[in-house]
Amino acid sequence: MRTAALQQRHWRRLGLVAALLFACVLPLLLTDFRVFQLTMALIYAIALIGLNMLTGYNGQISLGHGAFYAVGAYTAAILMDRYGVPYWATLPVAGVLCFGVGFLFGMPALRLEGLYLALATFALAVAAPQILKYKHLEQWTGGVQGIVIFKPDPPAGLPVSQDQWLYYFTLAVLVGMFVIAWNLLRGRTGRAIVAIRDHPIAASTMGINVALYKTLTFGVSALYTGIAGALGAIVVQFVAPDSFTIFLSISLLVGIVVGGLASLSGAVFGGLFIQFVPNVADSISKAAPWAIYGIFLIGFMYLMPSGVAGALGGGWAWLRRRYGR
Amino acid sequence: MEQLAHQVFSGLATGGIYASVALALVMIYQATHLVNFAQGEMAMFATYVAWALMDAGLPYWPAFFLTLAIAFIGGIVIERLIIRPFDDADVLAAVIVFVGLLVIFNSVAGWIFSYVIKTFPSPFPAEPPFGNRLIGSHDLGAIAVTLVVLVLLFIFFRFTPLGLAMRAAAQNPASSRLVGIRVGWMRALGWGLAAAIGAVAGIMVAPIVFLDPNMMAGILLYGFAGALLGGIDNPGGAVVGGFLVGVMENIVGAYVIGTELKLTVALVLIVGVLVVRPTGLFGHKLVTRV
Amino acid sequence: MMLTRRTSLALGAVLGLALGANPALAQKKYGPGASDTEIKIGNTNPYSGPASSYGTIGKTQAAYFEMLNKEKGGINGRKVNFITLDDGYSPPKTVEQVRRLVEQDQVLAVFATLGTPTNTAFHKYINGKKVPHLFLATGATKWNDPKNHPWTIGWQPNYQTEAAIYASYIMRNHPNAKVGVLYQNDDYGKDYLHGFLAGFGDKVKQYVVAQVSYEVTDATVDSQIISLKGSGADTFFNITIPKFAAQAVRKAYDIDWKPTQFLNNVSNSIGSVLQPAGLEKSKGIISSRYYIDPTEPEIQNHPDFKEWLAFMKKYYPDGALNEPFNVYAYLSAKTLEHVLRQCGDDLTRENLIKQAASIKNLKLPMMVEGILLNTGPNDFAPIEQMQLIRFDGEKWVPFGDILG
Repeated sequence: MRTAALQQRHWRRLGLVAALLFACVLPLLLTDFRVFQLTMALIYAIALIGLNMLTGYNGQISLGHGAFYAVGAYTAAILMDRYGVPYWATLPVAGVLCFGVGFLFGMPALRLEGLYLALATFALAVAAPQILKYKHLEQWTGGVQGIVIFKPDPPAGLPVSQDQWLYYFTLAVLVGMFVIAWNLLRGRTGRAIVAIRDHPIAASTMGINVALYKTLTFGVSALYTGIAGALGAIVVQFVAPDSFTIFLSISLLVGIVVGGLASLSGAVFGGLFIQFVPNVADSISKAAPWAIYGIFLIGFMYLMPSGVAGALGGGWAWLRRRYGR
Repeated sequence: MEQLAHQVFSGLATGGIYASVALALVMIYQATHLVNFAQGEMAMFATYVAWALMDAGLPYWPAFFLTLAIAFIGGIVIERLIIRPFDDADVLAAVIVFVGLLVIFNSVAGWIFSYVIKTFPSPFPAEPPFGNRLIGSHDLGAIAVTLVVLVLLFIFFRFTPLGLAMRAAAQNPASSRLVGIRVGWMRALGWGLAAAIGAVAGIMVAPIVFLDPNMMAGILLYGFAGALLGGIDNPGGAVVGGFLVGVMENIVGAYVIGTELKLTVALVLIVGVLVVRPTGLFGHKLVTRV
Repeated sequence: MMLTRRTSLALGAVLGLALGANPALAQKKYGPGASDTEIKIGNTNPYSGPASSYGTIGKTQAAYFEMLNKEKGGINGRKVNFITLDDGYSPPKTVEQVRRLVEQDQVLAVFATLGTPTNTAFHKYINGKKVPHLFLATGATKWNDPKNHPWTIGWQPNYQTEAAIYASYIMRNHPNAKVGVLYQNDDYGKDYLHGFLAGFGDKVKQYVVAQVSYEVTDATVDSQIISLKGSGADTFFNITIPKFAAQAVRKAYDIDWKPTQFLNNVSNSIGSVLQPAGLEKSKGIISSRYYIDPTEPEIQNHPDFKEWLAFMKKYYPDGALNEPFNVYAYLSAKTLEHVLRQCGDDLTRENLIKQAASIKNLKLPMMVEGILLNTGPNDFAPIEQMQLIRFDGEKWVPFGDILG
């Protein structure tokens, strides 16, 4: 028994190292444009880890994480454009700010469950562009025009292009955030978060402070998404209200479900899905690309109702039953 | 003062639109305990079907009822073919399927019918009733139709065995199966009815906002808000919620904050009400069993 | 791999130079995306998402180049390879798609990309890459900026100029007017609004008594029209997209508000705005135009219109025939065709932008008589003139001189 568990951990670790190595070598083999696309997928993955903590692990549905993504993106853009802050220094600021916003939003949201929470977060996402356009905020947000920012150069002496550098930078942030999330979720805190999802009343009887955990999860989730937003702004070099419509929030939700609910590695698959599948749909039909995308979505859910991570886990278990002892 | 009256009545007219969409949402919630985000797009598509039938020469009422029948069958077919495999999956898997349906209907409508806005006929007279200038005949007629649908729904769910069976199937599928209710078919029927109600909503909305593939995008949000404000498990409450949202939106925009932030403030108010009354104004309190 | 790609590019450039030195081939010069057989042009359009109604512009352009390739063998014997991608009207997606066009597909130029926020998103990038960014499908004012953005050239008259035309008309002909404005709360609406307010100069407070906005997600603009009527305005400037324009015109009539109405060019289509609103209710509306609506009675027998109609029926049968966007796209595609022909065999990016900046009195079919396209080294705005028109209940009637 013990050896089997050890062996499994061993395999998993090996797999992770291999995946990481692959991710490191990949940009050296691809054009800058492909590297840029992958960077976007990694950024989405960071946002998806955050959303997954809230929705997948803690059971609070959010249709409004695009709003936190927008707050992070605007924080980075305003700091870089108005105050000349270096790009890497904007990430912690965006994270902390989003944590605050998420925590505050999480407090009234405590009273709302299921559909009602979905509506409240949906409202947040719908309202976000309108607030960004508001005339009294224009001096910071640039109003409808948005903000154009400069693309950061790699540190002097590194033989990589701007895009490759941003890729490695994003990858490092993703790995760091992944490790933090993993440590957070596998311990006491993680068990409390999941217990609240599965049985809130039982959880509170066990002495878990449900309200505190729920609002904290909301805050941490927003922090992740905000950092992703800041990275997104840096990589795209532009923010505008139209970048953060309700479709972004819905795409993020699609990402966690397709990747796999309550699965950290699913975030990477989800990120790849929302980055690349619309392009595939577009290349199949110009007349109705959304129809193709919709068919993909439904087909995907039909084949893998518990997401890519779930399907991979299932496949792995099947293989072991079949060939293991 | 006259302007205020105008704003209120115009709010009631738009509120009637939200109310009719809210009703369709309530219908499907009653039958499946899910909110169908594709409801608006299905209604829009059904309206195009009605438009095509009339374009082919059918008079208004035959086209109207034929569309209802098509929508009803379409709803059942969608449930049987697309939704059913997800009965046992996570709620969110179903939500993603709804998103899929939403984008498919939107895109296909644009592809077949183009994005040029179309006028849609109204069965009501063009002149406003009683010579008033506050509310048009169609607005009033649409509100009346919504109320009729509401009464029919109420009777259906309260007094007919089928309606009772549907509610039972949604509330407690396991026990319902034990007493011989075919839960799967009840859900399909719920989808069919919701699609038909959606078609009525679309046909009533189109003369006001003009028919185009994005006709329902904004309306669904307000309908959703109205349904939850009133109480998603209470058809009457949802209709009242729809009207409230319509009037509130106008008052906020015209007198309180100005139009640039009206959507934001309206939504904050709705969420605020829900924080105070988490089951909506007329919703039933849910008792959680330990 | 990247290295090889770069080397091969460099090799290609060296080869090109070597060939250029050969007297027999002296005339032919090619930049990326051009060759003896084809010219690659990139484009993005919203084929999905909330702005997909504009997608018909990209589809018409694709159909136009297909027609050109089939019926005329392309341009100067080279087929136009028109690569159009979906941007969903999302700025980040547009950046991605344009980078694909430039870096992956290696297009000669990017043409008629649609939307202000979307074009803004890659404005700096494309100028940094020195790729011609031609004839954008947006009326923002910032595209005419040869000093700072020497690779970007707009096409249509800009929104601010148009709005200023209405403002000066009002000051001249209705000096006591009280104006109410309805505008869409985004870059398009605000660009018009700024141009309009600026057009009144320091008299703006005296003229403009009310400004109300709407969101594209609103169900109707009824409430806004009621507010405008309540403000006591006797003149109405309607900055809305077709659906809301039709609603506004109808609602104003229904509540018995009879102001002098100005309607932005974006929505002065008879078939998709005034007919739905009601022709009787639209009587007296003032607008402006530079090309002629396909439903106008006056052009139904004109050979230019018939040519367009035949093209639409054969190459874009799904396209709506009462949709002015389909004329708009046809004309901007013709502009590109003209410039590419003018390039002759020197299909480098440098020459393309040079030719695009030296259009002289180009007359396009279905344009208003007397309006010509002109550009120069310091003038990156091809169409700068418009004609005022008034709706008589049946058709648009031009009045006054060509303005601009």
